[in-house]
This record gives sequence, C-alpha cells and structure tokens, in this order.
Amino acid sequence: MTQRAPAPDATPAGLASSQDTGQGTSQAASPFEARPASGGPSATATPPMLEVRNLRSGYRGRPVLQGVSFAARGGECLALLGPNGSGKTTLLRSLSGVLHAQEGEVFLQGRSLVDMKPRQRARLAAVVPQGGEYPRELTARQMALLGRYPHLSWLGCYGRKDYAAVDEALEACGAAALAPRRLAELSGGELQRVLLARALAQESPLLLLDELASGLDMARMAGLFDLLERRRAAGACVLMAVHDCNLAAIYATRLLGLKAGKLVFDGPVDAVFTEEKLSALYDIPIGVLPHPLWGLPQALLARAHGPRSHDSFAACPGDACFGDAGAGPGFDAVVSFGPAAGFTNRDAGR
Amino acid sequence: MPTRSARGLQRAGMTATSHSSSPSGLSSVRLWPAFAALAALWLVSLPLACLPGPVPLAAGQVFHALAAQLGLAAPPQDTSLMLVVGQIRLARVCLATLCGGALAVAGVALQGVLRNPLADPFTLGISAGAACGASIAIALGGVAGRALSGLLSAVHISLPGPAALVAPAALAGALLALAGALWLGRGDGGFRRESVILAGIAVAAFLGALVALIKALNEESVTSIVFWIMGSFQGRGWDSLPLLLATFVPGLLAVALGWRALDVLTMGDEQAAQLGLNVGRARLWLLAGASCMTAGCVAVAGVIGFVGLVVPHVLRLVLGCGHGPLLAGAFFGGGVLLVWADVLARSVLDGGQELPVGVVTALLGGPFFALLVRRRT
Repeated sequence: MTQRAPAPDATPAGLASSQDTGQGTSQAASPFEARPASGGPSATATPPMLEVRNLRSGYRGRPVLQGVSFAARGGECLALLGPNGSGKTTLLRSLSGVLHAQEGEVFLQGRSLVDMKPRQRARLAAVVPQGGEYPRELTARQMALLGRYPHLSWLGCYGRKDYAAVDEALEACGAAALAPRRLAELSGGELQRVLLARALAQESPLLLLDELASGLDMARMAGLFDLLERRRAAGACVLMAVHDCNLAAIYATRLLGLKAGKLVFDGPVDAVFTEEKLSALYDIPIGVLPHPLWGLPQALLARAHGPRSHDSFAACPGDACFGDAGAGPGFDAVVSFGPAAGFTNRDAGR
Repeated sequence: MPTRSARGLQRAGMTATSHSSSPSGLSSVRLWPAFAALAALWLVSLPLACLPGPVPLAAGQVFHALAAQLGLAAPPQDTSLMLVVGQIRLARVCLATLCGGALAVAGVALQGVLRNPLADPFTLGISAGAACGASIAIALGGVAGRALSGLLSAVHISLPGPAALVAPAALAGALLALAGALWLGRGDGGFRRESVILAGIAVAAFLGALVALIKALNEESVTSIVFWIMGSFQGRGWDSLPLLLATFVPGLLAVALGWRALDVLTMGDEQAAQLGLNVGRARLWLLAGASCMTAGCVAVAGVIGFVGLVVPHVLRLVLGCGHGPLLAGAFFGGGVLLVWADVLARSVLDGGQELPVGVVTALLGGPFFALLVRRRT
C-alpha cells in the first residue's frame, strides 16, 4: 500500500454519537447543501478514488455492462439507480474484482484493478453484498472480525487494533449488542448491520454497498445512512446500489442511472432527479415532489390509473378522489405538481 | 501452529464475552477447558494404549519400558520387553495418533474448503486413489516385482520388496486421484466446490471399479488387497514413520497456515475474494495440504474411514466453527479416536488375531454419525 489518501478512519466523535441520529435528520439539511461539485477543476492533483473506463462485463454469453465510464473521488456518495437486471450488482461485482472485465478498465486510486492482489484491493474497497449464505454457527463478532483479514499478518491472528476496529464498527452500526449472537439467530436487518460493520472494520476508503437498505426498518436505515454520510464527510467514497430513489435523493451527492448496462444519467441530485429522467429510467410515470421538510426532490409512483384500478375505491377517505376503475385524470393531476408546488418548508423547523 | 491459532480465536471469543455475554453465543469460557481436556486426554491415551496386547504384560513393566524408551529410566533387563513395548506397541500408538490426527485435520480442512459437511478424504477420491495405487502394487508385486527384481539383482541392485512398494504406490495414487478430481472440477477462474465434489465422487467410483477389476483378475492377492483396503496398523513399525512424517509435516503446515483463510472461505468464494483472500490459491493450497496428509495415512495404514468425517462434526459442537480451535482440536481428537480404535482392533479377538482398524472405526463411527445427524436435524 503506497498511500491511502483520504483517511476514512473513524472520526471518533462522529462514530461515538450514533445514537443522536434520530434527531439528526431534522438538522441534517445543511450537510446536503454543501455538496462538492462532481469532477471539479481540482480533479487533477490526485487520482480519483475510483475510475471506470468503458467497462464491459457480464457473464458467459450474456454481456451485462455495455461500456460504463465514470469516476468518483473521496467525499462523494454515488447512488446507482436502475431497474432490476440493469447491471447494478454486476457493476459492483466488477468493481470489487470478483467479476473480470471483458473490456475496459477499473482503477482504484489510480491503480488498475487487474494488477492488484486481492489483499490490496480489499484494503481499498470494502463490499456489503446482497444476500449470501452464512455459516449459522458463526457469531456476529466473528463475522465482523473477518473484515480485518486484509490487514492481518501471514499468521492470521487478530491483534488489539483489529478488535478495537471491529468493536468500534459494531458500535457504530448499532450492532454491539448483536456481537455474541450466532448468525442463525439474526434477522435480515440485523445481518445487514453486521455486514456493514464488517465492511467498516475493513477501513477501506471506498465502500461498495449493494442494497444496504433491504430488510432494514426506517429508523435503522436512517441510522446507517447517517453513519455513511459521516464517513463520506470524513473523506470516504460511497457507491451504493439502491432501489429506493428517495433514499438516494436524500443521502447521495450524485446519482447514476443504469439501464440495460448503460449509464443513462450521471449528475448531482438536483440536476438528474427529474420526472423525465426517472420515468425514462424505470419505464413508468414517476412524479417528483419536494420533500416537505428539506426541499429535496422525492419521487412518487404516478401511473395514470391508481393502484386498485380494477377495484372500486371503497377505502378511499372522503370519497372525493376517484370514481371507479381506471379513473385516469386524478393521478395525472398529481404528476403535474412540479417542484414549486405546495408544502415546501411547511413548518420545517429550521 | 495449532495452539497459536487457537489462542488467536480464543482471544476473539474472550473479548466477545467480556463485551456482553449471551448464553447462546460461542463462549470461550468453555473453549479453553474443552481444549485442555482434549489435549490431556490425548497425552494420557498414548501410554495407556500401550498396555493391552497379545503378550500379557504388567502395567509397571510397560511404563518402565516406555520410560526407558524415552531415556527417562534405565532399560529393563528383559530385552524382549523393550522390543514389544518400545518397538511394536509404542510405534503403533504413535502411528495411530499421527494418522488419526492427520485424517481429522484433513477432514476439517476439506469440509471448510468445500463448504460441505460431507466432504472428507473419501469424497474427493483421495482414498480411492490410494487404494488403487496400493492394489496395483500388491497385484504386480507378485508378478512384475519378481521379474524386475530378478532382472535388477543381476546388476546387484536390490529392489525393495513388493510390500515396501505398496506405500509409495498408494501415495502416488492418492495424489494422482486428487489431481484428476481437481482437473475435472476446475471451472472458469478456479475450482467450484460443487464440481470438485462431483468430480471426486466420479473419480472414486471409477477407481473403486478398477480395484474390483484388479481383485477379479488377480485372485492370489485378493486377501491382502481387501485387508489393506480395510485399513490396519498390523505389522507397521517405526520404519513407516518417515513416510508418514514426510507427508504429515508439510501437509499440516499448509493447512495450519491457512487456518484463517478457512474462516474467510466460510463466507463463500465471492465474499472471501472481496475480503482480500486469493480464493483459488488458498483453496489449492489447502486441498493439497489435506490430500498430502491423507495420502500419507492411507499409504501407511490403508483406508480408514469415518475419522475425517466424524471428528470434525463432534468438535464443531464443542469448539464452535472457528477453524483455529477446530484444526488444533482435530489433531488431538482424531489421534485419541484412532489410538483407541486400534487398541480395540488388536485386542478384541483372541490369539493374536486382529480386526482391520477401518472396520472398527466404521462400526463405531457409522451409528454415532447417524445419531449426530438425527440430533441436529
């Protein structure tokens, strides 16, 4: 390891205060406004944390990524949006080195991924995978400790530093109490937290997260993403595949739209989180409204017909909304709200 | 090596429990005592297993001879006592404990590498390969061996007898079988664990048929082939030790140095690679180490089943699934099991007759394993 540029090291103050994040969301508007302009002019001094050049990759007989290029620096949080099967997971697998590029190249801190040993790669990029099969008898702490593997000597023994890093990571992910439990006893959300702790214990400046939010309740999700936001602010680079565009709009500094293996948009949230771009990405009408508290854009499903188009809307309160099956215009009206409408900063408390 | 690794994981558990203790978590509180008990059992088993045998000897005599063998006491007057205890019984006990330890350690490694609880030296065709190599040597020993040694004695080179050829032939067969299984099971960019196991089963089936063919064609050697395949320490002495150690030491070293890699491999290939492990190389390294150990055992004592399968499963219940304690525990556990199985094998029948030790381990291990499986499901 030559130089590890922006230290993702746990800023102790930031990590210790994972409990205050419940209220943190209300005063969190400020960090989001201070977004670094992506690909600024100062981008020449150090190589970017991650650079992808014309990446083509996929599986035997089924190419998935069809020439993807982008770069990311420390302090950025990139959200990868796209429909199922668009290649989000394939991209993350290619970036973590387990899927070899058929064409194009990936650079981590200016070094080509193919020239790197797995150990060096793991010190630069940590992954929270989606799914997976885990030994039932392993304890959560034992699993989190495996994140220290790229830092171990050839003897493979954990040292004091390793235990400290793991305990800190577990604490930060709100998983300290889970530490002695067996993986068989963990719920899906608890497992996600332990997996994130493992990735954080790896102390890599680049975090690749595949559907981190899956299986998490809203509070846990907010807690973990606040934690990631602190890591990002401390200089880490986060690339996450997400299905929840609203989550992406809140936490990401930049959005990447992946469709059929190609990047269809790449830019800061304000620029690309629009009705046209999202609707085109997911092939379904999507409306965009400002978040009532923070003014950030948020997406809503906005098909012409309602959810129960073949039912009568018996449960609809007030009966004022829609008459009968397939009543289109009502939702069309919702779509046309636009960002200027309604309830921005209604009692935003700031 | 094993103790060091055990200490590493031990510490892991220690701090975990001090952090917050839960009754369900793997508690190191029971890790150390279990481990110490196992090691003590092993240490006590070695001299005790020298007591029974066809020649009736008093315990005092045996211990005296053992002490003399270790240079702790003056040798007894009776030189035959030294011969029986020091040369025959102690050698057998040592061979048995090394073989048992090797088979169990190889079992832990194979089950870890292939992430399959059924993996053991049989599954990969290693044992079948050794059996095939040995059968060929036994069968040819009668025919070609005589001709060859007759030819060579003309130029004053004395070939080792056919019996001495069996062990190297078994070793070669085991390694060839493994190479075949790995070659068949290789996928793009490495070994896939399912395909390696399937390839191993295919290789084992083919080689088993080959052994049957040799038996059918060469009736005079059937008995010795069958007896050899059942596994036995009968007639093995200190002269087998160099061969055993030559495979045991490098194999153990390879597996022991990969103990943490075994832990990482439990996460699956992809995550192991993302955690920084060179999966293909680690797997090859561990498979080679485990096969080397197995091949040595099979070369010395024939095919001894169930040790590599049962011991890791039992230990996992006691020691948890960290591979450091498991590997170390397997060496002692497997050693104790095979030493006492061998004691049974040589003392059950009267008149100096022996059972093949493989029969004993299978008779004990089969029902025990069935119980274990039933309890877990």
